[in-house]
Amino acid sequence: MLEIKNLHARIGEKEILRGVNLVVPDGEIHAIMGPNGAGKSTLSYVLSGRDGYEVTEGEAIYDGQNILDLAPEDRAAAGIFLAFQYPVELPGVGNANFLRTALNAIRRKRGEEELDAVAFLKQARAAVKSLHMKEDFLKRNVNVGFSGGEKKRNEMLQMALLQPGLAILDETDSGLDIDALKIVADGVNALRGPKFSALVITHYQRLLDHIVPDVVHVLSAGRIVRSGPKELALELEAHGYAGLEAA
Amino acid sequence: MTALPTRKLEAWRYTDLRQLASIEFAAPPPVVAPTLPNIDLPRLVFLNGTLAKELSSPFEYVHNFQTIAEDSTQPLALINAEKAHDGMTLHVPAGVDAGTLLLISYAAGSVPFAFHLRHRITLGEGAKLTLIEIAKGEGVYWHDPVIDISLEQGAKFAHIRLQDESREAFHLATIRARVAEAAAYDHFTATIGAKLSRTEISATLTGTGALAHLNGAQLLTGTQHGDFTTVVAHKAPGCPSRQTVKSVLAGTARGVFQGRIEVDRVAQQTDGFQLSQALLLSPGAEMDIKPELEIFADDVKCSHGATIGALDAEQLFYLRSRGIPDDQARSMLIRAFLEEALEPVTQPEARALLEEAIDNWWVKQ
Repeated sequence: MLEIKNLHARIGEKEILRGVNLVVPDGEIHAIMGPNGAGKSTLSYVLSGRDGYEVTEGEAIYDGQNILDLAPEDRAAAGIFLAFQYPVELPGVGNANFLRTALNAIRRKRGEEELDAVAFLKQARAAVKSLHMKEDFLKRNVNVGFSGGEKKRNEMLQMALLQPGLAILDETDSGLDIDALKIVADGVNALRGPKFSALVITHYQRLLDHIVPDVVHVLSAGRIVRSGPKELALELEAHGYAGLEAA
Repeated sequence: MTALPTRKLEAWRYTDLRQLASIEFAAPPPVVAPTLPNIDLPRLVFLNGTLAKELSSPFEYVHNFQTIAEDSTQPLALINAEKAHDGMTLHVPAGVDAGTLLLISYAAGSVPFAFHLRHRITLGEGAKLTLIEIAKGEGVYWHDPVIDISLEQGAKFAHIRLQDESREAFHLATIRARVAEAAAYDHFTATIGAKLSRTEISATLTGTGALAHLNGAQLLTGTQHGDFTTVVAHKAPGCPSRQTVKSVLAGTARGVFQGRIEVDRVAQQTDGFQLSQALLLSPGAEMDIKPELEIFADDVKCSHGATIGALDAEQLFYLRSRGIPDDQARSMLIRAFLEEALEPVTQPEARALLEEAIDNWWVKQ
């Protein structure tokens, strides 16, 4: 379970998150929507530990520990996975090597045995196949020369292999690419289960046609201003975000 | 002794040998217990500049050391010619694939000493050779090898060097290759050791389709100074040449790359490319890059590129967000940065040697 309490964060002097309160129980998928500049991407980066954001108040408890105190790699080991809106290219780093290094780093931290090359490849090939990816995907450099859709598939491949307990999906402004959204939705839906939860951050309702959330939250000016069932997303789509601040 | 070059010479503008000049170097002492690499290949071992027969394996193409005629004006080659008394003379006859040979220099002593090796390598028509050169040692010493290479028509020579000298040593290598028609000289030097080092390589392409790759990686830290200088002379038409030089600099280390491509007026359809990239791991590190193109033909393709940067914060975060510890993530990015320069090194033992040296370098940071 993820429990965010009174989270305040800023970039430089600018306060972006002004007291976010949010609970995502195990097994549930929650969506965060909101107008541009509400702090949606900041929330995903603060939760995953990116540099440049200063948490000034509050905490984010996941599985009993405040993850805001942890290095990004330790958050990953704790089970948190950030699916990047724009996955980063790593020229000179082979995809298979990258995936195996990540998987083994996490297994090591969890006290599990590392996978040798053969065992890893077997698992990776199966995942590649189930995501309808080409065989050569593992041989290419990480995200280099990948199309937008391939990059998203690669994120989902990482997620499938790392088996996180909580996925944070940052889809703040990729609302226009419907194919990419479907890839992400398939990746998340495949992991759905009592031990898996997800925080889906999006500006548009249409991703939520494919990943049906249990709860929709509206983030505005750095605070959650409304929460409700999935129908809330449709209401927002119809009426826009105007006037929510006051609600 | 011929005087050491000074910074007044354009070719030595970035490398100051005054600290070398101020040291009194003795004759090399005997080596008691050398630490030699454990690689299962035929080898020649030089200890403090003298061939150690008992540690070397018989290699049928190696001949007795020959006297030296030095007709260049390169100060270091002249100094070497005055002082060298040993070295490897290797001739691979036409049509022979001589496989892979290890050439090891190990140096150790308690007072500063100097040794001057002179190697000569010739490959006959269509001959092939891979040479893996390793220079290691302990203590203060000055090692200034000169390697003269002559490749006849269609010969292929892969020359892989690991300069892992003592961190108190001076290593000044002069490598000169003449490459005939359709022959190929594939060079890679990894510069990791020495307090001050310079690897100066010149390749002269004398026949159509001759090829030269002069690649290098410099991994320097502390107050190390590493200079990688190349001169490629295109003296025949249709020759490709490449230099890919990558420098990773930590501490207050300083890296230098000087690369000159000379295209003679007969050398039409020359394809010359040069890339120098540096990764600065600390604000005190410095890189100097000086590309020079001298082109006297009108139908050529010649270009150069240079970049200097730091590790990419986005890439680092991406790796860490996948559970890879910070230290390992940095090491992966450094390896990735070097990959392009390492790419032509395909000989498995050479590849393994360089990868291990690079990983060890990072672990010690």
